[in-house]
Order: sequence, then structure tokens, then C-alpha cells
Amino acid sequence: MSRGELPGAPPEKRRTPDGERTDQGIPVEGVDRQTHEPRRAVLSALVKHEPGVLAEVSGLFSRRQYNIESLTVGETIDDSLARMTIVVEESRPNIDQVKKQLAKRIPVISVRELEEAVQRELVIVKVDGDSPDQVNAITEMYDGQTLDAGPRSITVEITGDEQRIDAAIDAYRQFGIRELTRTGYAALARGEKPTAQVSEPNQAPTEAQVKTETIADD
Amino acid sequence: MDRTAQQQPPTAQHDPPESDTSASQAEPSESDGVETGADAVVAALEAAGVDDLFGVQGGAIMPVYDALYDHDELNHVTMAHEQGAAHAADAYGIVTGEPGVCLATSGPGATNLVTGLADASMDSDPVLALTGQVPTDFVGSDAFQETDTTGVTQPITKHNSFAQDPDTVGDAVGTAWALANDGRQGPTLVDLPKDVSLAETTSEPDSPETPDTYSPPTEADEVVVRAATEALEATQRPVILAGGGVIKGEACDRLRSFAREYEIPVVTTMPGLGSFPEDDPLSMGMAGMHGTGYANLALANCDFLLGVGTRFDDRLTGGVETFAPEAEVAHVDIDPAEMSKNIFADYPLVGDARRVLDQLDDAIATGPDLTEWHETCKRWVETYPLEYEMPDSDPLKPEYVVETADAVTPEETIVTTGVGQHQMWACLFWEYTEPRTWVSSHGLGTMGYGLPAAIGAKVAAPETEVVCFEGDGSLLMTIQSLSVAVRENLDITVVVLNNEAIGMVRQWQDGFFEGRHMASEYGWVPEFDTLAEAFGARGFRIDEAEDVEATLTAAHEYDGPAVVDAHIDPEENVYPMVPSGGDNARFALNDEQLEGLE
Repeated sequence: MSRGELPGAPPEKRRTPDGERTDQGIPVEGVDRQTHEPRRAVLSALVKHEPGVLAEVSGLFSRRQYNIESLTVGETIDDSLARMTIVVEESRPNIDQVKKQLAKRIPVISVRELEEAVQRELVIVKVDGDSPDQVNAITEMYDGQTLDAGPRSITVEITGDEQRIDAAIDAYRQFGIRELTRTGYAALARGEKPTAQVSEPNQAPTEAQVKTETIADD
Repeated sequence: MDRTAQQQPPTAQHDPPESDTSASQAEPSESDGVETGADAVVAALEAAGVDDLFGVQGGAIMPVYDALYDHDELNHVTMAHEQGAAHAADAYGIVTGEPGVCLATSGPGATNLVTGLADASMDSDPVLALTGQVPTDFVGSDAFQETDTTGVTQPITKHNSFAQDPDTVGDAVGTAWALANDGRQGPTLVDLPKDVSLAETTSEPDSPETPDTYSPPTEADEVVVRAATEALEATQRPVILAGGGVIKGEACDRLRSFAREYEIPVVTTMPGLGSFPEDDPLSMGMAGMHGTGYANLALANCDFLLGVGTRFDDRLTGGVETFAPEAEVAHVDIDPAEMSKNIFADYPLVGDARRVLDQLDDAIATGPDLTEWHETCKRWVETYPLEYEMPDSDPLKPEYVVETADAVTPEETIVTTGVGQHQMWACLFWEYTEPRTWVSSHGLGTMGYGLPAAIGAKVAAPETEVVCFEGDGSLLMTIQSLSVAVRENLDITVVVLNNEAIGMVRQWQDGFFEGRHMASEYGWVPEFDTLAEAFGARGFRIDEAEDVEATLTAAHEYDGPAVVDAHIDPEENVYPMVPSGGDNARFALNDEQLEGLE
């Protein structure tokens, strides 16, 4: 039997429902579900402060092939909880998946995407010590601090957003950067808006909740 | 919000009299009370209502086994291999609906569980694994039989934990049991260092509870429900796709009444077999790579697809571009992460399947008129029936063996299978009418699953007939479990569809690798009937179609484990077939068509 005699119309001959719908089933104008440009998203996750959680979260990202830009983790005012700030660069459907897969892990208490966030990164740079005055001038310009200064090397710290840190690193480049380390972002939601709280466990957020959250952040 | 994990231990310690009385009221068998961490582990299992365990002894888990010595009410089935323990617990979980429990020691014991846990994880089967671990002081020193068990099993469990404190180890086990059972079910594991099991404690575990922060969704968003029902009312060609979640969510009755009320045709996934009776006029059978032609045509041509408790696995969908291309998709699942993961959900209905079907039912004003659609579906059923050559032709056809086994056994018989061609014949040629009668390895595709699963199923349902279909290649992977069936005198019937090959691989080699049979044809396999006798089971052999009915009847009537070595047509392949990533509407019905589809 030849291919043409097989049952059913070939794929190209079939109709396809147009476009994308919102989480509430309402068609979205002008959005093609196939094309999703990657975008950068800052996620904040409140997690149980217990062994293995960092490995669990980082393992989730690697095994599901999510592109992770940075991940920081630290204590909160509650000893039993830690906060992770995760920056991912992914398409919108994948960012939705990241949030839901994260929220699904048992030690993860809540997950939020911070569309408006105060976010800071810290960099420690060790440069050659040949021009201490010029190094100091740059450090002051970026509101940084000198952590260590010797005859051969000077170590400074700069805090800021990504652009500021990139610019500072560029400025130090002229002196010869020996080593540097960046922490990745730590972030909280701006203003009164909560970041990710215990009081709203979204261990299993419904689509509608996820939706509401995105609207609220817009 | 308060966190139970931190609050429970003091509560448990402060209320020993209360928990003692409630325990003695609920549990007639006298327990000596908790003296060690291992006692607390066993007490937690009792508090969870566990009756049966599957496991293998070993150094680091010995304290837990020692604690079991005094608990005759807990039936421990000693397995021959830890993989079998995990599969048996998995099948036990499928049949009972509650977590099956397996035990293994540290190191190789734990790593042998891995395949079974990965299998349970893929199929969302409820399993609790308890593993021994080297003493805490030795952890990290590469001690004898040390493996990072929580690290190894982290990606293949719903949750795992490392017990650090004898006072809380019982609650850790209870929490793991509850997490395996609640929400989307799955495997959990507690790693038990030997010193924690041996340490003194009098802390009685509470009844099993999930953490406060764990709250699986129940009801779908009403706005989405209304949007979905409006779309359903306007539809002309709707199909319900019933997945394994319908069975796991105890929603079969609800789904059946919903489908019948609105007369919507139902196709099932492989794990969904039994959720909807295949003898119902609305049943379109199983869809997917080896689904029926009519089920796949219904999916390919529907304009509205209500998927319930399915994760739209690639073996079901084929290529996602050609999957139900004309349909708006309403997806009911308890796991929000399944929404739009593989197939975009136009109407994401996150919640408990039974509850969401109630919501949909309440919201529908008038069902659509589907007379024409029923005609179309009926035509497909008539045009593409499941067929095979007549049984009196030589050689023996596997499809006939499966059909005859179905005919000579009672209606509620439980079927377990390994993985391969025999599994597909067991899907297609056995008629499933009730949930929890189909026990198989779906997502992971674990060859050798069938025999240990039959053991787990029989222990879970001792009064129910259990038939295990296996292939010669698949059975050889776990045949040591036969010793367990003999030792426990389990009345199971193993039917080996023996083609002396890894048949499914050979079928793919024929279809996609120019017939180059690399490492797929054995040329020699053991005589399974004789081998069964060596194990102490009863062995049978079938070569001719005319012997099938009498031999299967004799094997079924034999009171104990029986193995039927059915030498089938080695040339027989599984059809219909949609090539991997293909279009469900373009299935092959024979080898020649498959080559055309390549």
C-alpha cells in the first residue's frame, strides 16, 4: 500500500486552531504559540532551609535543560527558611514551566516571578596594584570599597545591578584584572508587594493564580 | 504559617498516653512501644495502615528488620532482588491505590531499587522506599556499601529525605508515606542511617500527614470551567482522552457517567486502560503508537479534546504538530506543571479529576448533538478492526494466546506485563473493563516488570486471578522473582510469548534499520517450562494453536505459580503502528505500510 492510500488527511491539509489562549481560555490576539523569544526572568523562591534543597533545585534546572543565568541562596529572618533568587533566560512557556516545576518540589514553599524588583549583585575584583590612585578613583566612582590593598594587588567590591557591575569591570580592565567573582542576583519585589511568602503557599498554584500573579505584577 | 515538621515532635512527646490509647484501640495486635528509631519506623508504617512489605535484607537495614521481628501483623515478602521489591511495591500501589512499601539496604540494595523508583516516578505510582544507610559518622567517607542514596534518587522520587534524628524518624516515614499517597501520587524514599535506627527513642510517630505547605489543588478555576463548557457545547467532534490519572484519582465512575450523559466517545492512554470499559459502545480503545486505528483517527479528527489525568506522553501524541490538530484542548490534571508542558492546553483545568468532572457537568447546559460524529467513529471501528491471522494457521499467533487467556479467566482478572511486543498484544487483545486490572510499566518501559509486578498484585489482591504476560527477553531480566512466587505459593499464571528475540527492537530494525538484526535475536533461550519446574513452579509449553485453550485453562487452574512457555510466530509484529514522532492519523497496519511511512 502506498503512502497516499493511508487513512487520514496529511498534516498540511488540516486545519489548526489559530493563535494562543490565555490561561482562562480567552484568545490572545496576535500571539503565535510557536514563536517565543527567550526573555530574562527573575524568580524568587522561598524554600525550607534543609540539606539537599540547593541540589534539588539545581538538579531540576539541569535535568529539564532550563537555562540558568544565576542562582543565589541565603538565610531569611526565619531560621527554617531560605530564599533563592534565580535568574533564567527562557521562552515564556518555559518560564511558566520553570515556575511550576519549582513550585512542585516539596521543600519549595512558594515561587514568584519578580517583574518589578530591587535587585543587586556583588562583584569582588582583584587588580594589579601598579596604579593605586586610579584604582581608588574608579572604586569611588562606583561607590565601591577597597577590601585589601598591597604593593602588587588591590581587591575591591562593587555592588549594583548587572549593567553597573559590567561597566565597573570594564573600567578596571585597564589595570589588569587578576581574578574576579560575582555573586549573581539577590532580589526582592519593589514597594509593598510581597516577594514570596509562607502565608501564600503556592505549592500547587492553579493556572488562574499564576495568571493573577502576572497581572498583579504588570 | 506554622510548619508541622517542627511542631510535631514535641506534641508527640507530650502526649504519649493519648497516642498509646488510640493506637491500642485501632490496632488489636499489642505493640511493645517504641524503644529505638527502627521501632519508630515500624510504628509509622502501622500508623499508616500498611499491611505488606517487599524487601531484601542487608547490613544497614538490619535494625529495621529486627524491629519487624516482633510484628507478625506486617507481612514481609522477601524478594530475590531489590528491583523486584520496587516493582512489586509499585504493582501493589496500583492495585490497592495506596503506597506499596519496599525495603533495601544501603549501597547496592538502594541502587537496585533505582529502576523501580524511576518506573514509579514516570507512572505516578505510589511507592514508599525505606533504605538502610551507613552510620551517620561514616557518611561521606566512602564506607562499605555507602551510596549517596538521596542524591541518586532525588530526580526519580517525588520527595526523599535523610533521617537524622531518632526522635523524628517515625514522622519522616509517615510524611513520606503521605506524600507518596496524596495529590499526584509518586515514589518517596527515606534513607535510614544505621545509628539512627539503633538509637534509643520513645517518640511515637503521629498518623501520617503531608507538610502544611503541601496543598494539592482540588477545584478548577470556575472561569476556565465555564469557558471550557461553552466550547464543549459548541463542538461537533469531541473526544475524551482518559489517562492513568482517572484511575489514580478514583474518577472512573464519574468519567463513565459524564461520557455516557453527553455521549462523548472515549479513548484511553495505556495507563488509562480499564478507566472506561472497552465493551461500552462509546469506547474507542487505546490510542498512541500502537493504539487502535479508530482511537488514533478519533484523536486526529476531533475538534474538542477533553484530556483527563494524562501527561500527553510522546508515545501517545506522536508528533505534537499533528496531534489532534483541529482540536481545542481542555486538560484536567491535578499537577499544574502538566498544563501546556507537551500539548498546549486551551482550557487548563487544574484540580482533582473527579471534582473537576463534577464542575464541568454542573456547568454544561445542553450537550452537543453528536449523531454524525458517532456515525464517523463507528465507520472507523468497522474499517480498521484489530485483526490477526486465524489461529489455526501455523505458527501460533500471540494475539490468539492473549484473547484465549482473557476468555478462560474471570472478568476481574489482573493483567501484568513486561515491556515489548507482548505488552502491546496484552494491551490490544485483552478487553479491559475495570480500573486497577491493568498493571504495567508505561513511561519508563522497564523490561522485566511483569513477574515481580504479578507478585505485588497477588499479595495486594489474593482473591483475584493474576495473569502475567512476559516476553522471553523481558522475563529473563527478573526471572529470579519466580523463586519468591514459589516460596510464597502465589497463584499466578505467567504466559511467556516466546519469539526467541527482543521482538520490539527487531520490529524497529525491520522498519527503520533496513532489517539489520543487531543484538536482537537470541537464537537460543532457556526452556521456560523446564526452568519453571527447576524453580519449583509448574511448567507448561504450547506450540500449536489447538493446545492454547486447554493448556491456559490448566495453568490457570493450577493452584500455585505456573509458567506457560508459548512458542509464538517469530515473524509476528505489532500493528497498528505509528512511527516515533509520526502522525496518529497515518498508522501502518503491516510491515509494508510501515516502510511506506518511514
